[in-house]
Amino acid sequence: MTSSTVAQAISDIPDPEVPVITIQDLGILRHLEVDEARHHVAVTITPTYSGCPAMEAIERTIRHEAGRAGYTCEVRTRLSPAWTTDWMTERGRERLREFGIAPPGIAPTPGAGAVALTLQRRVVACPQCGSTDTEEIARFGSTACKALRRCRSCREPFDEFKAL
Amino acid sequence: MSSDTAATSAAAKPVAAQYLQGLADDALVYAQRLGEWISRGPQIEEDMALANVGLDLLGQARVLLTRVGELDGTGRSEDDLAYFRDEREYRNVHLVEQERGDFGFEMARLLWFSAYQCELYAALRSSADEILAGVAAKALKEVTYHQDHAAQWVVRLGDGTEESHRRMHDALVAVQPYVAELFEDDPASSAAAEAGVGVLPSSLGEAVSARVAAVVEEATLSLPEPSRWRSRGGRDGIHSRPLGYLLAEMQHIARSHPGATW
Repeated sequence: MTSSTVAQAISDIPDPEVPVITIQDLGILRHLEVDEARHHVAVTITPTYSGCPAMEAIERTIRHEAGRAGYTCEVRTRLSPAWTTDWMTERGRERLREFGIAPPGIAPTPGAGAVALTLQRRVVACPQCGSTDTEEIARFGSTACKALRRCRSCREPFDEFKAL
Repeated sequence: MSSDTAATSAAAKPVAAQYLQGLADDALVYAQRLGEWISRGPQIEEDMALANVGLDLLGQARVLLTRVGELDGTGRSEDDLAYFRDEREYRNVHLVEQERGDFGFEMARLLWFSAYQCELYAALRSSADEILAGVAAKALKEVTYHQDHAAQWVVRLGDGTEESHRRMHDALVAVQPYVAELFEDDPASSAAAEAGVGVLPSSLGEAVSARVAAVVEEATLSLPEPSRWRSRGGRDGIHSRPLGYLLAEMQHIARSHPGATW
């Protein structure tokens, strides 16, 4: 197996909770280095949310893929700089949309500013019919990274990947 | 336990460890409380919301506790610290250990606590401790969302029906005695601030209160007068009755089956 194959195998690992998107397209694979001489792979990943339970599964899968290709492996978790949905690739966003999950908008800038009483409506397009006439049902969805919305045009509920 | 050895070393590390312990315990204990809402929320979406808020806090606590074990030189793991410390070794404030009240109480508590964490983590992004700075930058995004969630509920309930208004008011009154402790300097936080690792709790009070006051006003409520008694002592390991029960529930499996893995 060549180094590019092992790199590809690791990059293509699907996110365990949103399996239509790879860890590379999600932007949580921060660094991948293959040492051909030592048959060793060094990988750096970053969590989406502090308590994301998928991180351990992702780390295990990376070790498994490296081992399968005959490489030893070191997986590091890096917190800083903090992950942002802005790191998600175009391809990743398209995959989410096809799967029925609205991709994230532009990440808000967190800061020490005043409380934003966001009872206002963000514009989120329905991944099913494309209508922007949608409403939020719940601010926390089936995983930490998603919120639940409903389309007023086609009446279908859908997940939204929260901008972070 | 070799914490005494670490405390006698001259470096800033033991002080930083104590300071981080307080931050970690606040997050851990509140995560445990929030988890109690699962299947008890007013609607299933709220079960999930509070569980997710708790999960974020648990994630913050895990990294912070791991760091504590490195800084204090004992090499204790996050699990050692979470499961095998007794009540008197916990450094959290009383606010987070209080029993779960009604949903209004939880929103009042979450509003104060998340507003506090927003200001805290915003300041700690420039901590001299790189791990803490990393946690802060990451967590700030999360707690901003928590605060937004609590704020929306406080406004909805305060500016809702006569009953929801009254109960949201009662909730703010019930939480009030526990607020001052968040902004009280203790020897660990003072020394950590001095070392550039931490931030003085007293320096956060004004900004946090302004955040809460803006929400409360929007909710057609008013902040209650400071109560005649107030909680104190959490950072010294002096706790109120509910913490022992919370720890018993959280720790009993790990203690009944030492070394068990799952």
